[in-house]
Amino acid sequence: MDLQSINYVIDTFFTIFTMTLIIFMVPGFAMLEAGLVRTKNVSTVLMVNTMIYAVASLAFLLIGYHLAFGDFGSETMSKWAAFLFQMAFVGKVINIMSGGVSERAKIIPLAVFTVIIGALIYPTVVNWSWGNDMLEGTILDITMYDLAGSTVIHSTGGWALLAAILVIGARKGRYPKEGGIRVIPASNIPLVTLGAFLLWIGWFGFNGGSVGTISSKEAANTVALTILNTNTAGLSGAIIVAILMYLMYKKFDITMILNGALGGLVAITAGPDLYNIYTPILIGAIGGVLVVFGVSFFDKLRLDDPVGALSVHLLNGIWGTIAVGIFANNGEDITLLGQIKGVIIVAIFVFVTSYIILYIINKVIPLRANKDEEMEGLDVDECGLEAYPEFKRAF
Amino acid sequence: MKKIEAIIKPFKLEDVKEALVENGIAGMTVSDVKGYGRQQGHSELYRGAEYVVDFLAKIKIEVIVNDEDVDATLNVIVEAAKTGKIGDGKIFVTPVEEVVRIRTEQRGSEAV
Repeated sequence: MDLQSINYVIDTFFTIFTMTLIIFMVPGFAMLEAGLVRTKNVSTVLMVNTMIYAVASLAFLLIGYHLAFGDFGSETMSKWAAFLFQMAFVGKVINIMSGGVSERAKIIPLAVFTVIIGALIYPTVVNWSWGNDMLEGTILDITMYDLAGSTVIHSTGGWALLAAILVIGARKGRYPKEGGIRVIPASNIPLVTLGAFLLWIGWFGFNGGSVGTISSKEAANTVALTILNTNTAGLSGAIIVAILMYLMYKKFDITMILNGALGGLVAITAGPDLYNIYTPILIGAIGGVLVVFGVSFFDKLRLDDPVGALSVHLLNGIWGTIAVGIFANNGEDITLLGQIKGVIIVAIFVFVTSYIILYIINKVIPLRANKDEEMEGLDVDECGLEAYPEFKRAF
Repeated sequence: MKKIEAIIKPFKLEDVKEALVENGIAGMTVSDVKGYGRQQGHSELYRGAEYVVDFLAKIKIEVIVNDEDVDATLNVIVEAAKTGKIGDGKIFVTPVEEVVRIRTEQRGSEAV
């Protein structure tokens, strides 16, 4: 076999392997969300996670990929592997959004929105950033550096979530009329932990695979550096949140610490291949701090987000993209201004289109469960199957 | 015959059980219960916000004893379940009209 064929095979294998790691984020999101919601909604959350993977991936196969990249194709690896890798990302975008509206959003309208975001909204963002670039040569051309999608994936999901929360509203009783916040605690901390670590492991494929090739010495080094830096940001996100929680409350809230790790991972995703091995400590730590203050900030705005996705994915998606401009500024291709411009264009496009589409869906098929369904738990009405039938319903 | 219902802290169950067995109480029924007394639960922290847990986990032990054993049994339970801290629990004593041992169909105090 000639060298070129060997490289082709290695890169195909690498891409399929990292794609498999990314798919491990499907159970990651599912377990994280199942643990953070109340037991009466767990079956529905799991159903939504399963449905998103299926519906979004199929929408991307049929329409989205062509909108983003044109025809199937790759010179350096099997074009099917190249497709599979891109497909693995789609579900993540919608997962980010669905987690934040759990415990009150119904399955069918969410499925409709999943088709639209997987077939049109997300592929358009990819087209502008990683794909065919239909904006090239216009004033809106996006030049930001975003290796694995701090903006393209995470803040895209985050902006769609913000739109969804504005359309759907908070869980019943979460923000009482007389003021204040009613805490709705997580139902299963072991599942939250399992989910967070599955996401963490998936991230090695997410960022590592985004390098795109491993079949030369330089590329292999870049992949290894990318995964090292990805891990470091997660570590420092977890540690800084643990410290902050102790300083502020004298308690270690494990759900926040895990969210801090995920915040660090989102923040590093834009440029893990560009930093030295120490910078991610700072980037991840700032990501963790953003999570701690973000969670209370969004609560003050009465934006009810049961899983903290706005803080983890939206705030850190923005921070991670800007961080590239600050820490990896090479003065030519990557500029702080170029990074900020990318963040803003994606923000406006995703938020506005999501809001309009969700608004229309909501008029046709109400997104929100009615009061009684919500009180009883969506599992009974939507799935006919409670996740924990032998337990008394908590709260 | 009297029924003694003792609501105790969960971690005191083993102590109370052992003390009762040592003092000749042959059987008991135990259940997981939730409740609160004068201290009205306690507050916990979740994602930076404090919240009150109204109903705390407690254990309820039920034993049926003959009238003359009531005082002794109460003393045994109190001694075993006491920590001196808030939330140690309460004991209720109520009259029992009839007891039947299903296997032998014995009734009254010999069935206790």
